[in-house]
Amino acid sequence: MSDSPGEHKHHGHSHGSGEDFTDPPSDIELRVKALESLLVEKGLADPDAIDAVIDTYETKVGPRNGAAVVARAWTEPGFRNWLLKDATAAIASLGYVGAQGEQMRVLENTDKVHNLVVCTLCSCYPWPVLGLPPVWYKSAPYRSRAVSDPRGIIEEFGTHVPETSEVRVWDSTSEMRYLVLPQQPEGTEGWSAEQLVNLVSRNSMIGVEVARSPEAIRSGE
Amino acid sequence: MNGAHDMGGMEGFGPINPELESEEPVFHAAWEGRVYGINRALGALGRWNIDKSRYARERQRPVDYLRHSYYENWFTGIHTLLLEAGLVTQEELNSGVPSSVVSEELQAHVLTTEMARQVPDRMSIVLLPDESPPRYAPGDRVLAKNRHPSTHTREPRYLRGHWGVIHEHYGTQLFPDMTSQGIHKGAHLYCVRFEAKELWGESADTRSAVYADLWEEYLESSE
Repeated sequence: MSDSPGEHKHHGHSHGSGEDFTDPPSDIELRVKALESLLVEKGLADPDAIDAVIDTYETKVGPRNGAAVVARAWTEPGFRNWLLKDATAAIASLGYVGAQGEQMRVLENTDKVHNLVVCTLCSCYPWPVLGLPPVWYKSAPYRSRAVSDPRGIIEEFGTHVPETSEVRVWDSTSEMRYLVLPQQPEGTEGWSAEQLVNLVSRNSMIGVEVARSPEAIRSGE
Repeated sequence: MNGAHDMGGMEGFGPINPELESEEPVFHAAWEGRVYGINRALGALGRWNIDKSRYARERQRPVDYLRHSYYENWFTGIHTLLLEAGLVTQEELNSGVPSSVVSEELQAHVLTTEMARQVPDRMSIVLLPDESPPRYAPGDRVLAKNRHPSTHTREPRYLRGHWGVIHEHYGTQLFPDMTSQGIHKGAHLYCVRFEAKELWGESADTRSAVYADLWEEYLESSE
């Protein structure tokens, strides 16, 4: 999602799981290999198909899809109304359909209401529009406190929600999936959807941040 | 079941420390991608559903669930599902040597590369009709039942025994408490709003609320 050069250089470096490709294979790595070999030998799985699944979720499904939905809503009032009324159909009209997006609701952030999405019980997340969830979304710190201290959680992401705003937390306990429609940043009136799409971060569509400002984009954040 | 997965309202896990959005890879190690891919490939065999998958992960000892990384929990769940569906035996898992090859009938369902390209587009059935009329309507005050089933449920502990208001009737979705036991039944589903004060007491933020999706079986009214 970033346009700044110099990123994506952390090859083989991992923040979340403590794995590092330069080390000898870990126990879990060997165990996963062993299970896959067994499944392939038994005829239960095809390794090329597994490759294809991985490739699809690494390269084809991701938050760019959701950003396109949001940018369209910011620029077309008719689409925005449809999105808020029948998100499943409006999102499907852009071609973003599939597993973990069977039923959708879009939550509109306003001057008075800020929405935040969590899944306290597992990791439910709208795959067709956001891709697979980041590590923090699936982690115990986020899942435990998002419902009891949402403002504190949002502050941890460097975002301040005014005291005058109501914070609504949506716990994804069913197969309904939620996408936040962030507020359009000031100073972007008249921008095209193609320009606006770069302001729509993944985190703003979960509700832990607001959309990027034009200044942030210019400074390469 | 009251497992370690039901985390809403717990404390002591520390700060979130999110990775920078622009730097976070989809998978943090090759094996994570393999686990994800294996899970999707096996799911295509149609021997279980998403609620059985969740229940398989939740049934670990709490200490294991909390100690494991996300995809380690998936990996553990896959073993449970494979064994319970009779697709592999414990001996095969121990030895890594297959004692038999799967039936032709099952082989016809094995995920191919071509099918895998369509995997993201494949929708699961989540809606199933329930002929009975919905018991609640938007605006109704409802109590999340104080219930503690020993098997899978999607009624989080932090809501049980608390009052909320129906925000929206979502129609009928598969009822996970039964789907996880292999019984496919539709039931009315509602989005319910709970005030933060109702859930967390007097010290809670008065300007926040939690919305959760709860099936009719999880709710009762004052009548």
